[in-house]
Amino acid sequence: MSALGLMLASILVLANKRLFVFEDPRIDQVEDLLPKANCGACGTAGCRPFAEMLVQGRIEPAKCTVNSKDMNQVIANFLGVDLGKEEKRVARLACAGGTHVAYIRASYGGVESCRAAALVSGGGKGCAWGCLGLGDCAEVCDFDAIHMNRHGLPVVTEADCTACGDCVDVCPKDLFSLHPVSHQLWVACNNQAFGDEAEKECEVICTACGRCAQDSPEGLIEIRDNLAVVDYAKNSLASRIAIERCPTGAIVWLEKGGRVEKGRDARKVVRKEALQPELARAGSRSRVAARA
Amino acid sequence: MGILNFFSATKTFAHGIHPVEHKEQTADKPIRRLGFAPELVLPLTQHRGKPSRPLVKVGQEVVRGEPIAAADGFLSVPIHAPADGVIRAIDLAPTAEGPRAKAIFLKVHRASTQEVLYDLPRDLNALSSDELIQAVQDAGLVGLGGAAFPSHVKMKPPAGHPIATLVVNGCECEPYLTCDHRLMLERPDSIMAGIRIALQATGATRAVIGVEDNKPDAVARLRERIPADLPVTVEAVETKYPQGAEKMLIKSLFNREVPVGGLTLDLGIAVYNVGTLAQMGDLLPRGRGLIERVVTVSGPAVFRPGNYLVPIGTPLRFLLEQTGMSEQAGEVILGGPMMGMSVASLDVPVTKAVSGVVVLESQDPDLAQRQVLPCIKCAACVEACPVKLNPSLLGELAQHREYERMARDYYLDQCFECGCCAYVCPSNIPLTQYFRIAKAINRDQTLKPH
Repeated sequence: MSALGLMLASILVLANKRLFVFEDPRIDQVEDLLPKANCGACGTAGCRPFAEMLVQGRIEPAKCTVNSKDMNQVIANFLGVDLGKEEKRVARLACAGGTHVAYIRASYGGVESCRAAALVSGGGKGCAWGCLGLGDCAEVCDFDAIHMNRHGLPVVTEADCTACGDCVDVCPKDLFSLHPVSHQLWVACNNQAFGDEAEKECEVICTACGRCAQDSPEGLIEIRDNLAVVDYAKNSLASRIAIERCPTGAIVWLEKGGRVEKGRDARKVVRKEALQPELARAGSRSRVAARA
Repeated sequence: MGILNFFSATKTFAHGIHPVEHKEQTADKPIRRLGFAPELVLPLTQHRGKPSRPLVKVGQEVVRGEPIAAADGFLSVPIHAPADGVIRAIDLAPTAEGPRAKAIFLKVHRASTQEVLYDLPRDLNALSSDELIQAVQDAGLVGLGGAAFPSHVKMKPPAGHPIATLVVNGCECEPYLTCDHRLMLERPDSIMAGIRIALQATGATRAVIGVEDNKPDAVARLRERIPADLPVTVEAVETKYPQGAEKMLIKSLFNREVPVGGLTLDLGIAVYNVGTLAQMGDLLPRGRGLIERVVTVSGPAVFRPGNYLVPIGTPLRFLLEQTGMSEQAGEVILGGPMMGMSVASLDVPVTKAVSGVVVLESQDPDLAQRQVLPCIKCAACVEACPVKLNPSLLGELAQHREYERMARDYYLDQCFECGCCAYVCPSNIPLTQYFRIAKAINRDQTLKPH
């Protein structure tokens, strides 16, 4: 038995010597300096592959959006490379239709998940494109950067958001997208109906009136599928002028820190409590319950 | 069950459930015609496959029966105008599935009659199999049992899989629904004509009609109307949900199983709903298109439940105004209550796939919010699952978001969402809903470019 053990041990020793793969010890050290969130915001599969690419010099330390700037500087100094430049990006929601402004057409009583609600007649909201408000995004966020407000809308805490994109993937209505914080002009709506038809569903809807496009420099804003679309390639031309005449306040100017500014002409929303489903439509007979 | 089957004469499959039928409300109500709504909404996607391509312009006048959208490729069907009128718009309309979809809005003329002027009578016996299949596509026929799969596609099996047997599905296992029952009683000759066409087109040598044994009158009526030269038999099968699922019906009738991931065509069997064949028998000899269908309107909150011949595109609001709906109405379901879909808006139109509209009351005990409790491993769902999956295990995996594993290791894709597992679960776990989410997410993952 001991001879067998000895023989197997020597095979192991030999294998260890012969099959040894050299691995840069810096990879382990760099990995220790990374947050180990494995969020994927840098564009790699996780922190280990990111560390490997860092050591190989194929990616810049600043691409890690979860680490603090100081920590990234430590990595840059350790590897003797430039920190690199990476503008902070955040997740933004293309909907402002909380329960106090968006009409609820049917009461949904199924599984508490946007995914499930979207499979049942698209959820209870009148607007077929709007946020369902059941918080799949808040649940999936690893950094606690998304919270549901009392109107059933997710609010992104910009300081905590690492732009990992999990919320983008999970939203069944595809309302989240990742944007650099310098993109301050923002259309907080995804409704593709026109005019009065759209306004029947929500008070802060984009009615495709086209005022923002007229007031802005040529080509900055375009009306596509009854929705104002900002061409962020021309972001340097963007100014508050675009939001001023918006009748519903669907297009907004986002200040640093997440403050939302609406235009002068935007209809004031004074309602604080949720709209009741019964009030939503003329005649309560249209009220139906959506069931998962 | 195996031994019991051996001794008992009724044909059936293993597992399944026996929900309360609620069919007495409408089973004796003859099919009645519904008037035209002021405006009909015709979504371009009423079938599985590519959306139809509109042939009309806004403002154009159309007559009842005229094609207004053409099939876009083989896996698509045309749409015909259900009434005389003018095209008001081609725009987004609410659908039962939720997202808005392109639809043709037809403003109906007050003077529109029930007369179909647009037709092309022809002798079907002179047509070849391919021409006949083309004629079926031109009629805009889809599976009227609820799947809405284009009928002509099933007639053209892949090479090497000739169709030997035609199965005609007259089970109607969903609670409340009686539209197929009434069709079998009132229009057996249309069904026989449809079977004749389908046999001719597919080259099948025999047809078997499967009817649940809670409809002995339909079985008798069909049996006495079989033409002498048509190789048709009528079989009574056990009344059990989901007997009307095509794989279950094949198991009951022939004791054969469709292989995992396979189609009924792999067994040389094509399955058609009786409603589809009745329409085929009526429409094809006259060269007409599918413009109306029988819909069961039922449920405790409907004043005048019954079976109605409804023009395709009729908004639910109009339909329920005609039949009357009580103030207590709490939920409107398209299709039957087991597999149907609750709608979030009454502006949703009746499409080709809608076999029933069931309106439940808001204080219905079935509707009350029920508390979801932990799984107690009683295996009631395992006993109920007709495709013999393990819903309990799948449900646990779904709660842990192991969607890929569900599909890879536990045959999630075999689940056809019949709802038996959720129905029997004593802990009220919404198993079917979990599986629906899991399948939707898996579908997204495969579609997403990586």
